[in-house]
Amino acid sequence: MAATHDKAGRPIVVVTGMGIVTSLGTGVEDNWRKLTAGESGIRPISRFETEGLKTRIAGTVDFVPVEPFCGPALCERIGEMAAEEAVSQSGIGSRGRFPGPLFVAVPPNEVEWPQRQEIGALARGNEAFDYENVLRTASTGAFAKYGSRFLFASIADRLADTFGTQGSPISVTTACASGASAIQLGLEAIRRGETDAALCVGTDGTVNPETLIRFSLLSALSTHNDPAQAAAKPFSKNRDGFVMAEGAAALVLESLIAAKARGAKILGVVAGCGEMADSFHRTRSSPDGKPIIASVRNAIADAGLTPDDIGYINAHGTGTPENDKMEYLGVSAVLGQRTKDVPVSSNKSMIGHTLSAAGTVEAVFTLLTLAHQRIPPTINYHVPDPAIPLDVVPNQARDAKVAHALSNSFGFGGQNVSLVMSREAA
Amino acid sequence: MADAREAWITGIGILSCLGEGPQAHWQRLMDGKPDEGTKTIGPYVVHPIGAVDFDKQIPKRGDQRQMEPWQRIGTYAAGLALESAGIKGNPELLAETDMIVAAGSGERDLAVDATIISGLPSAKNPAAYLNERLMNDLRPTLFLAQLSNLLAGNISIVHGVTGSSRTFMGEEAAGIDAVRIALARILAGQSELALVGGAHNGERKDLLAQYDFGGYLLKGAYRPVWQRAPASGFASASLGAFLIVEERAHAERRGARPLARLVAAFSDRGERKEGGVRLSLRRLWEKIAPSLRPGQHAVFSGASGAEPATGEERAFLAELGVAVRAPGSYVGHGPEPQFAMNAALATLALTHGKLYPPCDTTGVEKNMDEKLTQVVVTGVGHWRGEGLALLEAAQGELT
Repeated sequence: MAATHDKAGRPIVVVTGMGIVTSLGTGVEDNWRKLTAGESGIRPISRFETEGLKTRIAGTVDFVPVEPFCGPALCERIGEMAAEEAVSQSGIGSRGRFPGPLFVAVPPNEVEWPQRQEIGALARGNEAFDYENVLRTASTGAFAKYGSRFLFASIADRLADTFGTQGSPISVTTACASGASAIQLGLEAIRRGETDAALCVGTDGTVNPETLIRFSLLSALSTHNDPAQAAAKPFSKNRDGFVMAEGAAALVLESLIAAKARGAKILGVVAGCGEMADSFHRTRSSPDGKPIIASVRNAIADAGLTPDDIGYINAHGTGTPENDKMEYLGVSAVLGQRTKDVPVSSNKSMIGHTLSAAGTVEAVFTLLTLAHQRIPPTINYHVPDPAIPLDVVPNQARDAKVAHALSNSFGFGGQNVSLVMSREAA
Repeated sequence: MADAREAWITGIGILSCLGEGPQAHWQRLMDGKPDEGTKTIGPYVVHPIGAVDFDKQIPKRGDQRQMEPWQRIGTYAAGLALESAGIKGNPELLAETDMIVAAGSGERDLAVDATIISGLPSAKNPAAYLNERLMNDLRPTLFLAQLSNLLAGNISIVHGVTGSSRTFMGEEAAGIDAVRIALARILAGQSELALVGGAHNGERKDLLAQYDFGGYLLKGAYRPVWQRAPASGFASASLGAFLIVEERAHAERRGARPLARLVAAFSDRGERKEGGVRLSLRRLWEKIAPSLRPGQHAVFSGASGAEPATGEERAFLAELGVAVRAPGSYVGHGPEPQFAMNAALATLALTHGKLYPPCDTTGVEKNMDEKLTQVVVTGVGHWRGEGLALLEAAQGELT
């Protein structure tokens, strides 16, 4: 009889449902086809005026109507679409009743400029604006509609209602590692025996002027505006920053026992997770790469594997000069002599950096890589960086035999999370 | 195996309008003057923190400059907690400390906002004007004060906490779940040592407005939380609160003393319709009821003063007939750190073996003559989320 528990005696955790929305489109099938064809979802921003901005491109999700439009509403809607696909595929629970907790990776939620302008205009009357005006009018109820919409936990709260998840939904934010943290929380809850299933969602729909400008002021974004599709150049010598993007993904995690008991199709295994915080700098990694190395090693060890077992790495691969250099340092320290033989590709070359959703989006793509035994490429790879001698699966997808894959997520604030996923339960 | 594991609170770090650290808090609670730390911003009653010498926990001025107030408050309180547990400055222990922070979203540059809002109506191309002003006026480092996870990031940088770093976002439930998950991980053997808590800047005007869009804030004059009806609302507070939760054997190996035992923590998301909070609290209470010692336990309520949540909690507590204290009457309400703050104050009461005097004329808070050996901490979100934690006395004492 196949094992139901891992080497450490914990329940094996499998994936029985996946859903995804990115700038490439809606749904697992469409996304996978375009991703493996090397298509880019990056385009000139049409959502708002970009005059005067250094970066005028992004991987926006413009094909999902949200009315009235604001970031949290888009996050909620695309998160819901991804979760709907995942829950429906898994066949778990019943409509409006998911038998487990919800973990949602979300961006910080805050009032945006259209609403701020509206509030400001109403509050100030004929006076010069300051926040005292807003305080005098806040309690009149004129802005009640923004009361819950912009509360920090509102996206998770509404998704919990929609899917009928159990208990208190957790909104997790670990910057660009959030999506991986959401999966980690689900994995741990099932391993603790608290639940047989968990719904893990990552969502980000925050391409707006201020967010773009904030990243721009930190010199984090590519300014390669034309052609937009060529802007994201992970691991290339001429890489010049990441491209902001939107997207959402969802995973239904279940214990192997529970999944088998109900005859669910098993799509892959979440075998391990590792993390290590970096205390070096708010936006830069420790120059010795130790926290990244520890995060990767912890994940592989947590999965009961060794670095030799890893056959593919879905890189964080943002395309910033700093990230790709540090990720290479970390990965090569762990893989040692095998470094040049292990394919390492970056989905972000095509879909951009989906920020809070990235860890979940890229976990879905990693699981698809394992399921299809086909590795999506790193596109826009025309000028190799001699300092990063990796097999980045340049420009063309490739068939390969992969049993275990690693997905890295790193974020501002010293966040490092790595996931190990396997094709089949060991 | 896992059953034998036990979680101790081996450190607390608290900062509020009552001051900093356990002694200042206990003394002010015993003094019984809850309105001394309040002030008014616009129509709202708020509890600001007093003067704090941030250099004591955040020695580099460069670090302080990169933080906004909520991060300074939190990083300071986290430092107090690490110090209290004897972990501060110990690289081996800090490298295995798992951090869970409850946070909102960060602060704004109100002057920049005001300039833009004032200038937009007369701008020829408002959208281009917005871009130009944001590009020119936003401080690049402000972003790092706005990101929710950058309190945790600053704690890593300033204090060297690197085991792991997770931030739960959003109001009281984030604070409750932070404690719940930290405890669950320790009891299950997923973690040995945790730093858990959060921080809130109660004086942020943009946040005050946000909370009062929903009508949740206390306006006019200060009153203790149980005495606010028919007016209602929470008094926004600047708070920093962190707990060190540690597995017993781990603590014993390094000779750390327990201030209290963290026995259980549960959360729920009750339906917010009439009776929903009461029902949720009743369900949660049933989970801990078998562990309670008659006559020796009290409730530290997270009641905020916001209705209908506080009214429903009052009705639930009346059914129990146990001694109750709502520390929010003294420290105000900071949604994310409130649960950790009340757990820290409960720890403090357990080390003294007694409650502080009632602060209420409506009969909810009563005297308790028996020795206090257990405290149930409640958390009831002003709009969502409920939770309970059970703490028990240990032999340790706060110095």
